[in-house]
Amino acid sequence: MTLVESSISIRDLDLRFGNVEVLKGLNLDIGVGEFLVLLGSSGCGKSTLLNCIAGLLDVSDGQIYIGDKNVTWAEPSERGIGMVFQSYALYPQMTVEGNLSFGLKNARMSKAEIKQRVSRAAEILQIEPLLDRKPAALSGGQRQRVAIGRALVRDAEVFLFDEPLSNLDAKLRADLRVEIKKLHSRLGNTMVYVTHDQIEAMTLADRIAIMKGGQIMQLASPNEIYNRPKNLYVAEFIGSPSMNFIKGTLEDNQFVAEGLTIPMEGYSFAEGSRRSGAAIIGLRPEHILTGDNLASAVARAEAKVSLVEPMGSDTIIYANLGQHPIHIRMDGQASVAPGDMVEIGFQPARANLFDPQSENRL
Amino acid sequence: MADTSTRLLDGPRGPKPKSNFSRRNIMLYGTLLLVAVYYAIPLYVMIVTSLKGLPEIRMGNIFSPPMEVTFEPWAKAWGSACTGLNCEGLSAYFWNSVKITVPSVIASIIIASVNGYALANWRFKGANVFFTILIFGAFIPYQVMLYPIVIMLREMGLYGDLSGLIIVHTIFGMPILTLLFRNYFTSLPEELFKAARVDGAGFWGIYFRVLLPMSLPIFTVAVILQVTGIWNDFLFGVVYTGPDAYPMTVALNNIVNTTQGVTEYNVNMAATILTALVPLSIYFVSGKLFVRGIAAGAVKG
Repeated sequence: MTLVESSISIRDLDLRFGNVEVLKGLNLDIGVGEFLVLLGSSGCGKSTLLNCIAGLLDVSDGQIYIGDKNVTWAEPSERGIGMVFQSYALYPQMTVEGNLSFGLKNARMSKAEIKQRVSRAAEILQIEPLLDRKPAALSGGQRQRVAIGRALVRDAEVFLFDEPLSNLDAKLRADLRVEIKKLHSRLGNTMVYVTHDQIEAMTLADRIAIMKGGQIMQLASPNEIYNRPKNLYVAEFIGSPSMNFIKGTLEDNQFVAEGLTIPMEGYSFAEGSRRSGAAIIGLRPEHILTGDNLASAVARAEAKVSLVEPMGSDTIIYANLGQHPIHIRMDGQASVAPGDMVEIGFQPARANLFDPQSENRL
Repeated sequence: MADTSTRLLDGPRGPKPKSNFSRRNIMLYGTLLLVAVYYAIPLYVMIVTSLKGLPEIRMGNIFSPPMEVTFEPWAKAWGSACTGLNCEGLSAYFWNSVKITVPSVIASIIIASVNGYALANWRFKGANVFFTILIFGAFIPYQVMLYPIVIMLREMGLYGDLSGLIIVHTIFGMPILTLLFRNYFTSLPEELFKAARVDGAGFWGIYFRVLLPMSLPIFTVAVILQVTGIWNDFLFGVVYTGPDAYPMTVALNNIVNTTQGVTEYNVNMAATILTALVPLSIYFVSGKLFVRGIAAGAVKG
């Protein structure tokens, strides 16, 4: 995705609570109409960053631009944002309509305008029949729609989502995920979405920023993050079941570990990286070939199955490749049993190599 | 093949039977009953005595119900009992107490709730120091401050006046009430406050339109604490007001401790019950909300 102009620009942002540095020197530019997902495990600073963008936390240093305005000192309501919270944060004593119109009333908007905006938002989110109800009389999914509606009526340039689906059950989460994606393509706003759920991140994002310890580990499209993770942390974080890692050395364009040699023909090295020495190879369980797919494999080996997890659509097998424990995603109909030997194949082009010291991609 | 119903064998089946007379229940309800009786007996004696005439009281059976019910002691306590020199009963002092309690309760709750709200949600610079000092205030014995406050009120020209006493009550209610409100507002979800800020509500907008409507339980607790505390206060009442402005408790003391003539136990009892009636009725009316508010606000530190 090319950035026409940036909608949100975060420049050298620092945030400290006392002596604890939560965000350090963070830079991030988000394009107009982009859907950016901040992904990371808890405590990585992703929600903190979102709160800084919203103006709910005062930053220690650095600047935040929304549009072309410096909003570093602006009140949350002056930033042209709408925000959706994990706990919905609906005002319990107001009806749905009251919840939707609260912000507009605070902005002293005319009654006719408020009415028109509320009915438009209600129509988009299909909550028209609920307008007279109190939040307590709504289901979780309906509440979250109202919360999105509250951001919607503000006609905000930027939508901020703070783990909006985490409190919902799995089915509803999947439904609302699709709806948020539809909403984004319909409205075309910039959206910043915080989550710890990688499925949400992969499905929704134009770009994902993976965060750890207050810093962005990688900022790229979901495809790039999945296929070419920049470092070990990202590689391990993305993908379920997670990537297999085997320690070894790189020599003569081959990856050599104990009892295992994989030629690296077709692997595209990162620019300027070394081609020999200690390395860690990362293999996604779904990129290890088995059965009929073996034909396209560059190298083959045999692994002894130790555990089988049939999941219907596919089967995860835990196996030992020599003494390296690995897990492999196989077809759901594959019939394997613990103790079997399976033939597996590798595709160097889809493998990942990392430097054990710097943990960066080779 | 056996029919399904025969699959049930003898033995436990369905809900476990509960005995109403288990040892545990007897212990529990026995203790509750004992404690209830222990606390109810004095009240019973007061009511019974207040309905008797003096000759009947002198017979000495304090637990027996009145043979001849008379409301005269009540009328006397309210309208014509002597407190020192004047014999107007409690009625005038009742209104003094109302005039002291109502403004003190309202003022202290308004100030303390805004304090608590600011401390819980707007972490301003020095908030912790402010809060520590406030809480420290709760541990200073009143008696230490009695005389300095007399001087302060005198300098302000409010000594011996109802308004002076109202100010004193408002200030002394501050530590505990602020703590109560702060803890309650802290227990409300923070995201609600954030959402309101994004929606453009300011300090007062959030207070009045978002937080206040969901704070009925804690306000009930505060009202009960303050009404009972201020209504039952004797020390401040007797120190900071003059005879014309005495609250009901001081007048009650003067009736009961009067040294002239016979001790009219029935009038004393009636006067005491009359004085206690206001806090008592507040408890009865809002007891349920009180418990809920205490549970919500006071437990979380």
